[in-house]
Amino acid sequence: MADVNRGNRPLSPHLTIYRPQLTSMTSIFVRITGNALLLGALLIVWWFVAAATGPEAFARANGFITSWFGDLIMFGSVWALWYHTFGGIRHLIWDSGRMLDIEHAETAGLVMIIASVLVTIFTVVVI
Amino acid sequence: MAFLTDRKRAVGMGSAKSGTAHHWHMIVTSVALVGLIPLFVFTFGAILGSPYAEVIAYYQRPFPAIVAVLTMGVGFLHFSKGVQTLIEDYVHGLARKAAIIGMICLSYTAAAVAIFAIVRIAL
Repeated sequence: MADVNRGNRPLSPHLTIYRPQLTSMTSIFVRITGNALLLGALLIVWWFVAAATGPEAFARANGFITSWFGDLIMFGSVWALWYHTFGGIRHLIWDSGRMLDIEHAETAGLVMIIASVLVTIFTVVVI
Repeated sequence: MAFLTDRKRAVGMGSAKSGTAHHWHMIVTSVALVGLIPLFVFTFGAILGSPYAEVIAYYQRPFPAIVAVLTMGVGFLHFSKGVQTLIEDYVHGLARKAAIIGMICLSYTAAAVAIFAIVRIAL
């Protein structure tokens, strides 16, 4: 019977028993950055609504976003956005059946870390 | 049962259920965002920090406004599907359903609010 010994069976190895690897850490950070982007996105929504409402509302929203704290969130969001974008491109490549072996997956992980930092610096300098 | 085809009986019975359609939506929205995100970052970033009148004039131009509308719409759609995966991994039972419904409502509301605001500035 399928329900014999339920609850007393060995569990398959879970996340916590593995040593952190480049592939697992880059994957976890894709999840964290993607979901954390909600904060920056909602600030931008507030900024658009404020601009549509009028000068006083715009001054409040714009004042917050361009304050040191707003700048910090926007800077973090720019990096998170580029990191998540490169992570997404890596997923699209994987979905096409390419670069699935460990060597190429680790190369892609290194590339997305370096590229996200460089493009973030480029974005901050250009803007 | 005799009235059902073999295929019809099998649909939705696998462990993925509607997961294939979910995955396909993630692929489509992520491909769209690969194009939209650079356009949005460099149009929005260019005007952020400017005075009110310049911002209004800027978003009355078609290109920045359309890029912003598409990015907000597709972006929040992508977010709602993505955060669903996060919730399904860590939250269980009724709280899972409540969290997924809550985040879907939040995503659509945020997208609608942003698009309404941009259209109002643009027109």
